[in-house]
Amino acid sequence: METKSNLYRKEKYYGLLFILPPVLGFIIFGLYPTLYSVYSSFTDMDGLGQMNFIGLDNYKELWSDELFHKSMFNTVFMMIGIPIGLILALLLALGLNRGIWGTTAFRVIYYIPVISSLAAISILWQWAYNGDYGLVNQFLDLFGIEGPNWLADKNTVKPAIMLMAIWKGLGYTMLLYLAAIQSVPKDYYEAADLDGANGWQAFWNITWPMVKPVTFFLVVTNIIGGSQIFTEINIMTSTGGPEFSSASVVFYIWQKAFGNLQMGYASAMSVVLGLFIFIVTLIQFRLDKSNQND
Amino acid sequence: MRTRSKLIGDGIIFVLLAIGAIVMIAPLIWMVSTSVKDKMAVFALPPKWIPDPFIWGKYSEIWTAGPLLSGIQNSVIIAVSVTVVGTFTSSLAAFAFAKLKVPYKDVIFLILLSSLMIPYPSIMIPQFVMFSELGWTDSLKPLIIPGLFGNIVMIFFLRQYLSSVPNAIIEAAKIDGSSYFGIYGRVIFPLIKPAIAAQFILWFMGIWNDYLAPIIYLNSPEKQTLQLVIASFNAMYAIQTDYPLIMAASVIALLPMLIVFIVFQKQIIESVAISGVKG
Repeated sequence: METKSNLYRKEKYYGLLFILPPVLGFIIFGLYPTLYSVYSSFTDMDGLGQMNFIGLDNYKELWSDELFHKSMFNTVFMMIGIPIGLILALLLALGLNRGIWGTTAFRVIYYIPVISSLAAISILWQWAYNGDYGLVNQFLDLFGIEGPNWLADKNTVKPAIMLMAIWKGLGYTMLLYLAAIQSVPKDYYEAADLDGANGWQAFWNITWPMVKPVTFFLVVTNIIGGSQIFTEINIMTSTGGPEFSSASVVFYIWQKAFGNLQMGYASAMSVVLGLFIFIVTLIQFRLDKSNQND
Repeated sequence: MRTRSKLIGDGIIFVLLAIGAIVMIAPLIWMVSTSVKDKMAVFALPPKWIPDPFIWGKYSEIWTAGPLLSGIQNSVIIAVSVTVVGTFTSSLAAFAFAKLKVPYKDVIFLILLSSLMIPYPSIMIPQFVMFSELGWTDSLKPLIIPGLFGNIVMIFFLRQYLSSVPNAIIEAAKIDGSSYFGIYGRVIFPLIKPAIAAQFILWFMGIWNDYLAPIIYLNSPEKQTLQLVIASFNAMYAIQTDYPLIMAASVIALLPMLIVFIVFQKQIIESVAISGVKG
């Protein structure tokens, strides 16, 4: 017969044993690399020879590196697609919420691009954006519009990639919105109906406040995901596009670190990227809190 | 009156949704259609959606045109070993976080959760340096080892799921003299199986479709994962304008997850929807 304190000690040991792997994983593959990344951003690490401490030189260079500015601008520019995707998805979810025929089929079809391999999708869209034979320009041709050679033109390459990203992510966003809308109690709408509210008022006063938390979640995850865009760029425009006009921050980091072996410099960029994501998350949490306190 | 206007409204929305659905699915149908076309028919104007004749030859040609088979093997090795072992470690940790008395477990959990804010590109360089010092580059190890320690997203959802399980069940098992591994195997695991299934599939898909980590580590063609193999197909055969071949390889890369999705669509869609509501 074990005593109570003995039992507790055993429980503690097993509990610690069970949480040990993820804690170790976090320290080895998360915490340590993060600290190392910050440290190496102050060095001239090249992954081959010794690394020398060079102070803020990398950051000074970043300040005047036009390609870095360009890649930052491109990354932020392509995020214009986020609100467009959210609005489209919300409209689709509102439509699906009416319980019309084929709802399940629609959900599945809209979700297929989400589960599809991004590499395969990028290859497919690269072909679809082909100036002469691509699907996109064939479609525009039906309306008598002569489309550009999307990925080879510095003015259209970013919108083209953005459009593809919206297409790929739409099903996911729609699904989350639909779940949020369906969790709104039906009697809210019945009460609004009795009060003589029209459809728009019902949306604005009931649906929108109820989907606000999901919108918040989606904005944050989309910005975090969007600031790390890489695969599409790497496959569709393997050199970073005409005049580097589609290169994203992660693309540039990748090129510098593993192409030019300027790992210290690339680390400085990755620190800036990490800080950017951290700040965005923080701001969003603040906004969310103040919203909830209203 | 009211029902009639609702019917008309429903009709209009159905048509709009159907047009949307066509836009969503058309590029994928185009992909399949291109893969069974003659090399020249690809450039037909106006484009033909239904090829004439159907040429299935590309689906046998792709296996010798590049290391597609080893790509599939590598992807399977990585995804299976990570998800199987990682699910075991994650669910054990979730069990401890939700049900066992461990000092500071809530603080530890929050710290683990904060790691979600660290973007992979910010740590990929030090990780690469680490693994290259071990001599593990151009091998599958860097893509497998980190995942074996568990996945915080999965821990989060399993912990959530377990919090609704009454403590009495576990206390009863303890008094029966079950070991903690025994409680996990006989009580906890059967309980959380449905939650594990959905998280397992989502994780598997994430690894299967991953591109950035494999491109950093894998150089030799026979070491590459499926996604890298089709990307190099794309780079190699686009010059020869062999689009049917590229599209056939891409269809192969896309098909396994599509099948998994179609089979488990109900569970996947439900668990994704829940994740948003909880998040």
